[in-house]
Amino acid sequence: MKKYYLPLLILVLFVGIVGGSWLHVFNEYWQLVILFMGINIVLTVSLNLINGFMGEFSCGHAGFMAVGAYVSSILTVWLFADDKIFGPPVLPASWAIPLFPVILIIGAIAASLAGLLVAIPSFRTRGDYLAIITLAVNYIVKSAIENMEVIGGPRGFVGMKRVMNNMAAVFDAPWLLIWTFIGMLATIFIIRNFMSSTFGKGIEAIREDEIAAELMSVNTRRLKVIAFMLSCGLAGLAGGLFAHGPGGYINPGTFTILKSTEVMVMVYLGGMGSISGSIISAIGFTLLLELLRPLGTYKWVVIPLLLVVMMLFRPSGILGNKELTDVFPKLRAIFGAEEENYAHAAN
Amino acid sequence: MGLDIFLQHFLNALQWGSFYALIALGYTMVYGVLLLINFAHGDIFMVGAYIGFFIATFLLGIGGNSFAIPSWLILTLTILGSMVLTSGVGLTIERVAYRPLRERGANRLYVVITALMIGLFLEYLNLSLLGAADRGFPELIQTDVYTVGGVSFTNVKLIVIGLSVIVMVALEVFLRRTKIGMAMRAISYDKVAVPLMGVPMNAIIAATFVIGSSLAALAGIMYGSAYHVLSFDMGILIGWKAFIAAVVGGIGEVRGAMVGGFLLGFIEIFVVALGQVPGFEWLSSTYRDLVAFTVLLVILTVKPTGLFGVARRQKV
Amino acid sequence: MPMLQIKHLTHYFGGLRAVYDFNLEMEQGDLVGLIGPNGAGKTTIFNLVTGAYRPTEGEVLLDGENLVGMRPHEITTRGIARTFQTIRLWNELSVLDNICIARASRIQYGLVDSILHGKRYWDEERQIKRRAFDLLAMFGLDKEAHEAAKNLPYGEQRKVEIARALATEPRLLLLDEPAAGMNPGEISDLMEFIQQIRRDFNLAIWIIEHQMRVIMNICERIKVVDFGETIAYGTPEEIRNNPRVIEAYLGEEAFDAA
Repeated sequence: MKKYYLPLLILVLFVGIVGGSWLHVFNEYWQLVILFMGINIVLTVSLNLINGFMGEFSCGHAGFMAVGAYVSSILTVWLFADDKIFGPPVLPASWAIPLFPVILIIGAIAASLAGLLVAIPSFRTRGDYLAIITLAVNYIVKSAIENMEVIGGPRGFVGMKRVMNNMAAVFDAPWLLIWTFIGMLATIFIIRNFMSSTFGKGIEAIREDEIAAELMSVNTRRLKVIAFMLSCGLAGLAGGLFAHGPGGYINPGTFTILKSTEVMVMVYLGGMGSISGSIISAIGFTLLLELLRPLGTYKWVVIPLLLVVMMLFRPSGILGNKELTDVFPKLRAIFGAEEENYAHAAN
Repeated sequence: MGLDIFLQHFLNALQWGSFYALIALGYTMVYGVLLLINFAHGDIFMVGAYIGFFIATFLLGIGGNSFAIPSWLILTLTILGSMVLTSGVGLTIERVAYRPLRERGANRLYVVITALMIGLFLEYLNLSLLGAADRGFPELIQTDVYTVGGVSFTNVKLIVIGLSVIVMVALEVFLRRTKIGMAMRAISYDKVAVPLMGVPMNAIIAATFVIGSSLAALAGIMYGSAYHVLSFDMGILIGWKAFIAAVVGGIGEVRGAMVGGFLLGFIEIFVVALGQVPGFEWLSSTYRDLVAFTVLLVILTVKPTGLFGVARRQKV
Repeated sequence: MPMLQIKHLTHYFGGLRAVYDFNLEMEQGDLVGLIGPNGAGKTTIFNLVTGAYRPTEGEVLLDGENLVGMRPHEITTRGIARTFQTIRLWNELSVLDNICIARASRIQYGLVDSILHGKRYWDEERQIKRRAFDLLAMFGLDKEAHEAAKNLPYGEQRKVEIARALATEPRLLLLDEPAAGMNPGEISDLMEFIQQIRRDFNLAIWIIEHQMRVIMNICERIKVVDFGETIAYGTPEEIRNNPRVIEAYLGEEAFDAA
């Protein structure tokens, strides 16, 4: 019985969010907020793998997000929209519905390959090396896009709106919300499962004592590269989803250090190495940004202050390195089904 | 590129590099002592420039009418006043935001995030209070243009370069000759043993923030005097770049910060300059950041500890 | 061919000679001691053998295969595991995880399995957990399996470290001052324990220790180093009466106590 709780919860959420949007129970503003929550969860949980579980400091997540965003939107616009640069659509619009997730994955793969390029030089030494390299890479990505006139340069890239409209014309459904929901679930599933495997836990051993990990037979270099590629790939997925949002428009200015900072804040706010913490803080932070919107520029005076004060009271984030199920063991009834598989091993 | 034009760019690069070097020093000193990437430091530069702006306009407001304060005095007062007040800001941040976290044993990365937040706070407080319009920094010294053998330069440029060099030499002397300076270097060498030797950590840390903030304030005023434009976000990009310059020089190494800062200044100025040379028109000035960061990445890939950094053996 | 063969192992830190022309042969089941005054280069030798440092010169052969130049995890996978002078557990992780992760190189499933958690994954993970529990039970630590490693008392942390090293399935176990910080009663238990794991796991053990009681009572042969150079090699009896050893230890009380 217990093992059906979680699928049931997911189903209810899915039907509630997607159905609610389809039937316009939520207005467009709330659909947008929900969309951002989903994307922020993907970004936060994926960055937590590096900055939380692994204890390294990557501060260019937005750069990898940009790679995913541009690759996937160029593909969708080229394939499914009438565009000034790419000409008429290559494929009929009806193909967009099944191919959209494939393109998102291609964007993610592109981002993770970019991650590989960064990982190879950065993980040769420890310390704050990764911080500098990712910082520089964030600027390089932004600057490189600005210098590519074909894809709009600093003005940005448009046309995704037409793609989404074409998809909706074939079959009217909130496609982006559906795929964001699935992408979010996939991200949580991937990171949670990976980090619960003995293989993945080597990442935490690296955080605790890298030399000991290497000497205790963990192939630390390979594991770090895998983790980094995984994290960057998921950032690329988030970028692809973000690019197809209601604005239908991306520009290099979206993917600056400020965006990376936002994601870092969500990671540390939730707690390093806590997936549920990341989810809670991504949802909470997205809401906070919306709630404080009336403050105008003072929003960014209040938010940092709030966070600084919060750090003083909870110097390890909302959940620290614990999961929600550690704090409220009763929740294991819903979220802990998989762990029962170990029960036989323990006796 | 003729020699005259080259020298012209050379001077520009020295000036531009001075800003990076002065800011990078603050990064590297705090990092050396605390292992903290003080990401608010670029905004301290901005704060220093604005404080200087207010002091200068205030003094000029009085001086222009009745008291007629001589311009060299205004300049001195502006620089000193801004250095003192900006140090106060830096110290306050350390006391209110960083030290409590350290004492609570928070993960180092939480302190870094706090630094990022302080930076945002300073930027947007400025934006909210003073508005988005840029401020024109007053002309503290009468700008004179000299031309020697086809190379023209202003007295401001010479003062900026000269003052930076003097300050850096003074800092180097301070670090090697004074007790506090030696303690700072000792701490960046051994964070475990030195505090046990009766070195007053909090005093050293405070001194580090005071020096770092003063240098940033000085850079801010020089920047204002050279370009006359202040904006709330002027410290962001220059701060990030100065940090990377510090790392390229070898983070924690004072000489490294200077060399890294000037190196970055040279790369940026000459990328733009090269774009004006026939045959290199494709190298538009928008490539500046791209080239600068790529060169720095390559340096770090070849020499991960930075130009002046020494690889420390990890103890097993 | 001996199991472990170290030939002319030499290491310089910059201009400083830390280890010079160190030679040793060990067979399966041997229990060899490595002693010497502080700073003699003992831990450096362990670091060279396990790949933490790369030797300036010399060879380390395990079953004839040269380990020099391999990364530490590759050497551990081939059968050399160690403990550390100061405990280096993964503090925030549970005792169980500390043991399981040390089996990293024996994991057969790949990245995809580690994410999708198929049947093969579960078969293997259960086996890893079962072995880890067996190991912990042997050390009397199974009750603490889910406790964070940092919460264990010092003596138990030492045991977890040995258990973790054993989890890598070594043939040669290097113990770096296992008795440090223990009281005489605990030391007696430790001596018993070291001999027991040698029997049960059919191991060769190589041990650095300042407690002469441990070295003299359990080691069959003892290597003495000073300033990076070997000054004596022999049975405990020979070492006890060796004038060079006595000279090197002059002024240190430890020898008389043993």
